[in-house]
Amino acid sequence: MIPLSGDIPDSKGVVCGKINSNSIVRGTSTLKRGFAHMLKNGVVMDVTNVEQAQIAEEAGAVSVMVLDKLPSDVRKAGGVARTASIRIIEEIMDHVTIPVMAKCRIGHVYEASVLDETNVDMIDESEVLTPADEYHHIWKWDYTTPFVNGARSLGEALRRVEEGAAMIRTKGEPGTGNVAEAIYHIKKVNEELRTIKSMYDSDDKQELVKMAREFKVSYDLVEETAKIGRLPVVNFAAGGIATPADAAYLMSLGCDGIFVGSGIFKAEDAQERARAVVLATTFWEESDKVKEAQKMIDERQSLLGLDIKNLDLKMQERGSTV
Amino acid sequence: MSKIQIGILAVQGDVTENFLATMASMSELGIDGTVIQVKTIEQISELDGLIIPGGESTVIGQMSLVNGGLKKIKEKIESGMPVFGICAGMIFLSKNSKDKVVGNVEQPLLDVLDVKIERNSFGRQKDSFEANISMEPVGISSFNGVFIRAPSVSETGSDVEILAKFNEKIVAVKQGNIIATAFHPELTRNISLHKSFVKLVDNLN
Repeated sequence: MIPLSGDIPDSKGVVCGKINSNSIVRGTSTLKRGFAHMLKNGVVMDVTNVEQAQIAEEAGAVSVMVLDKLPSDVRKAGGVARTASIRIIEEIMDHVTIPVMAKCRIGHVYEASVLDETNVDMIDESEVLTPADEYHHIWKWDYTTPFVNGARSLGEALRRVEEGAAMIRTKGEPGTGNVAEAIYHIKKVNEELRTIKSMYDSDDKQELVKMAREFKVSYDLVEETAKIGRLPVVNFAAGGIATPADAAYLMSLGCDGIFVGSGIFKAEDAQERARAVVLATTFWEESDKVKEAQKMIDERQSLLGLDIKNLDLKMQERGSTV
Repeated sequence: MSKIQIGILAVQGDVTENFLATMASMSELGIDGTVIQVKTIEQISELDGLIIPGGESTVIGQMSLVNGGLKKIKEKIESGMPVFGICAGMIFLSKNSKDKVVGNVEQPLLDVLDVKIERNSFGRQKDSFEANISMEPVGISSFNGVFIRAPSVSETGSDVEILAKFNEKIVAVKQGNIIATAFHPELTRNISLHKSFVKLVDNLN
């Protein structure tokens, strides 16, 4: 049994049908959130072509995320970043057996619809791309394909869940090779979860109502989240992860898994690093194994990285604030 | 009779959901035992039964190979330990697997369940579905089958009993002490399959 808090069972994305004479239903929250549960303790890797996707699969990635440019190149290039070429996404889907995800712009209903038609396994409504709607996110209940969204706080995460996200990831600061923001975001979410859990445990409904107002989400969703003491969907770490030790640290903070963006394929030792990050994520509780994983990479070949204070573009701040 | 110990292979996938379903099964059956999440050879050695959860079979296989877990699990199953494989777990138990689109892919398998598997047999995530399944051979007439990028069994050896089919595809099998399903009972409220596995472990103990 998985949490189905906030579920809208008769939404447009839920499709009843038949296979021969057998009745089936697609796009339910059990199927969408359940898919994310299958990724737990795994590493999702950003890739831009078939070769990288195959390296990721061989290294033990649980899924690949297809982009036109890796986040650090999006930073360098400037301009408008959009969803990846459909032909490249399809080519990758034909060459790897693991799930294939792709990103669409925040609020871009039709990029999402194109990816849904392409049959990608999950859509990331992502701040790495240039937002298409500064006031709305996508109403994700309209799609049969599950979505993942970024969040920097519990309120933001629950707003996305209320819109239909089947999975959450921290935003971090993408394309920087700097893990500080991802750490800050997960610690903030954890702290807020502890706060509402203690309100629930002491049966303080008035404070929970205040939290719902602050978070700008329904009271029921806050109460159900407070009751279980964790997000009702799977929560991964993302944004700035570059080394095995980064991944292991985020796992130890209670993340369900890891997204690595530029950290792998912008490094000079992508193949070894991909494997090393998977090993550190799987065996994060065993410090000797994390050390072995860290030893597989060469710091001189890591993505140089950026100091967050000096950034012209903070991707995490893009898109609607509600 | 001693306390039984059931492990959930905690390499990758939906470990917690199986942990909770197994705990609930033990308590409903009134069976004295413990459920633990296992990863290391030492932990696996101690088990009376093992559940291999859903996840990505390529990852579970590769990471189990790294720390010697794969060899230990195979040894235990061959010496009679009951095992329950779900989705990726079913693939991992099999002797041969092939992806519906990509074809043959090299991946570490336990090679203990005499079946051939077709991975992603019902399509991609958008094609994932819930449907009613019947498993008459184990006395479960109706079960909500949650199929997520599910595999199916394309060929079975002579010792393999078919427990359920959906749309002419084999989706649940039993071979001696091995049970495997292509769907996810741990994502539903129905713990009857976990209960029958706990009973199987308890009876052998």
